[in-house]
Amino acid sequence: MATTKRTVEVSLSTTGLDAHGKPQRVPLVVDESGQTVALEAPPSMEPDLNGEHMLINIGPQHPATHGVLRLVLELDGETVVRCIPHIGYLHCGFEKIGEYRQYNQIIPWTDREDYLNSPGNNVAFALGAERLFGIEITERCKVLRVMACEMSRIISHLVWLGTTCIDIGAFTPFLWAFQQREKIYEMLESWIGARLTTTLTRVGGMGADIPDDFVSKLSAFVNTFPKVVDEIDRVVTRNGIWVGRTVGLGVMSPEEATNFGLSGPMGRASGVAFDVRKDFPYLDYETYDFDVPVGTNGDVYDRFLVRMEELRQSTRILAQTIKRLPDGPVNVDDHRVILPPKSRATSDMESMIHHFKQVMEGPRPPIGEAYVAVESPKGEKGYYMVSDGSSKPVRWRIRPPSFVNLSAIPAMVEGHLLSDVIAINASIDIVMGEIDR
Amino acid sequence: MGLSPRPEPSFTELTGDEPWMTTKLDAFVNWGRKNSLWPMPFGTACCAIEFMASAASKYDLARFGMERQAFSPRQADLLICAGRVPFKLAPVLRRIWQQMPQPKWCISMGACASSGGMFDNYAVVQGIDSIIPVDVYVPGCPPRPEGLLYGIMMLQKKVSNERMSDKTLRNEMEPDPKSQLYIPPSVIDEVSEPFGNSVHQTRSGL
Amino acid sequence: MSASFSPVIAGSALGPNAPAPATPRNVPNRGGAMNPTVDAIRARFSGAVQRADVVWGETTIVVDRARVHDIILWLHDDPSQSYNYLSDVTAVEFRDLEQPLEVVWHLRSLPYRRFLRVKVLIEKGSSMDVPSVWDIYKAADWLERECYDMFGITFSGHPDLRRLLMWEQYKEGYPLRKDFPLRGRFSRSEQLRQALAANPEARYSKEELSIADAFEDLPVDMRRRLDTGERTGE
Repeated sequence: MATTKRTVEVSLSTTGLDAHGKPQRVPLVVDESGQTVALEAPPSMEPDLNGEHMLINIGPQHPATHGVLRLVLELDGETVVRCIPHIGYLHCGFEKIGEYRQYNQIIPWTDREDYLNSPGNNVAFALGAERLFGIEITERCKVLRVMACEMSRIISHLVWLGTTCIDIGAFTPFLWAFQQREKIYEMLESWIGARLTTTLTRVGGMGADIPDDFVSKLSAFVNTFPKVVDEIDRVVTRNGIWVGRTVGLGVMSPEEATNFGLSGPMGRASGVAFDVRKDFPYLDYETYDFDVPVGTNGDVYDRFLVRMEELRQSTRILAQTIKRLPDGPVNVDDHRVILPPKSRATSDMESMIHHFKQVMEGPRPPIGEAYVAVESPKGEKGYYMVSDGSSKPVRWRIRPPSFVNLSAIPAMVEGHLLSDVIAINASIDIVMGEIDR
Repeated sequence: MGLSPRPEPSFTELTGDEPWMTTKLDAFVNWGRKNSLWPMPFGTACCAIEFMASAASKYDLARFGMERQAFSPRQADLLICAGRVPFKLAPVLRRIWQQMPQPKWCISMGACASSGGMFDNYAVVQGIDSIIPVDVYVPGCPPRPEGLLYGIMMLQKKVSNERMSDKTLRNEMEPDPKSQLYIPPSVIDEVSEPFGNSVHQTRSGL
Repeated sequence: MSASFSPVIAGSALGPNAPAPATPRNVPNRGGAMNPTVDAIRARFSGAVQRADVVWGETTIVVDRARVHDIILWLHDDPSQSYNYLSDVTAVEFRDLEQPLEVVWHLRSLPYRRFLRVKVLIEKGSSMDVPSVWDIYKAADWLERECYDMFGITFSGHPDLRRLLMWEQYKEGYPLRKDFPLRGRFSRSEQLRQALAANPEARYSKEELSIADAFEDLPVDMRRRLDTGERTGE
């Protein structure tokens, strides 16, 4: 059969599973000779009308902007001619307040900055502060932190998946995704006592060790979760509506993507094979066996595929952490940074002094500065801390990945249709708390 | 083959022995209102995620008559302000509140919306009640879905106690035309003063 | 995959025999292996590097303010360096008010897996003008605007240096400067009054329009209003 560029030959039902239980991937478009054809972006079908341009204001309060982003769009017909993003509606002065807090006191703020990835931010901040203090953490702590990072990557991608599905018109995956999130929430709650804002780490260790039944709960999750991903995959990945609304939109070439500073799934979908976990590893990520998916088209559909694959890879890392979790202490044995146990603080003079000094003055790092980047679900998240030898940082800078990713939105949406703006904006996976800080 | 005959619309004559009841108009109207509150989530930050969790499968906000979430203020009864509100967002929140038709209520979800929370700094409004009137404050950072549900049930109780004879109930707030504030500036300054732990942490460094 | 789509691969310039990157361990406070780029910069731009040290394993160089743009351009373009990824642009002000303000660029060379911190010092009392790297990295667009918004550092060469996070009429100053109090300069009621005075329906300001050359297309009355300085932006 003849194919037009717009043809999407996809049946809405699934053809079944392959031998590994994964949904079979059939080519999306097949031309007359039976060759697979990559899908291309639909050509601009708007005739050149000399009409008035129209200004559309989306946000700051709009369900599809994923927060309080505001986009002013100039439209020619339905085509976006110009896009002016306005941010700052959630600017809460994190960096300023960090200069007035001790290092351990800042960790609650890291929860609330990229609030989909709280455990990951806690880990990132603790890593930065430990670099600044010159602390080497224990082996068990490293594995626990990897666990926290990957769990938070999963819950962050699940929110992205659910909300993007709602934006593009599918409600069911949202419910499935949030069911799985609740499972991770329950685990986090049993670990540290909070669902969303965890404050999981401390400088030099963790706020708590995992409870007894945590590992069994986690392995149950690791066993069941890929089935849910496969199910969402079956419903969405080859769905005609989904494909039609995502393929060929917001394409960024690898060079553009690097130049715009895109990182994380955004960059990787555009063919930038850069993952902080692989290239500038931390927490011994080089010893874990996982793959980094890289896209070949750089469009919204590739970003979706990359994130779906990352869900599977994170599950794979979680399975490895369960196997290798060593016994031993969680916190470093250094009471200049880690509080002594309460029982000793009330009975032992030296511990009481440590306790008092830490609470009243806070631990002091040597003069210096450190930029520690981790791979957050959105991209390269960096914490840059400068110390002048006092117990509070001179400067606490957050390098927000979605801030830099979002700054490329005018380049991505201009020339596309208004309805595609929603899909492109959703594909960036923005979190306004992190962008505006 | 012809079409099957249409069913006749049947209007049964009242015979007089149907069950019936009397009630107060207030109770009847309030019963309807409280069980069909249409919320508009004004989600800004972390609390919005917990709001989404409340709306999703496990907690299921629809059990409380909130199946339909209004994303337009013009079709909403209840503003749920979930998350911190910086000064830059203040005029937007005020405008959205003014766009909502009466009767309307507001839940301030979370510590930041209620009091500024941990953000006692140059950027954040110290409680949205200095911008718009609030009916229920839900504490927590963020509140658990159970907490939000409890807040909603408190609001439902409040709705069911409203009296139509109270003419002041539906008065719109009238901000001062010059300053746009609706409570006196001295009161705002007083309630926005730092309290508790944050009083002692204003020194940079040490 | 189209022909022009050639992926950027981190570590591609290192060759197959290069050791795999590993988590740094026992990083010393000062000292350690310096990034080889520093010597290349010293050789190429003699006298431009004021200081170079390795702090917690990260190489930091302090360069002349006038030549920072040339250096970063060379780092980006030269195939033996190819710092093609700008992580961050920010600034640091110290509590010691004598100490100069620092503008910091965090650069990554993806092909060589290198990380470099470039700094420029702004002595207290001197002009706050620093060359922009917007023409080299598009990522610098918002990062520099934010830095201007928070510190008041003007990046010359940036096409659109406006406030980003705070609204345009924000009168209190630059929040991350050390002389800016944590709770702002004005009282809470005054802050709220000024915030509520903004028009949430305003779409844009004149600056925004002139960037996109759309000012001429506007209706006459709107042009006149914007000309008289009406800032309808936030």
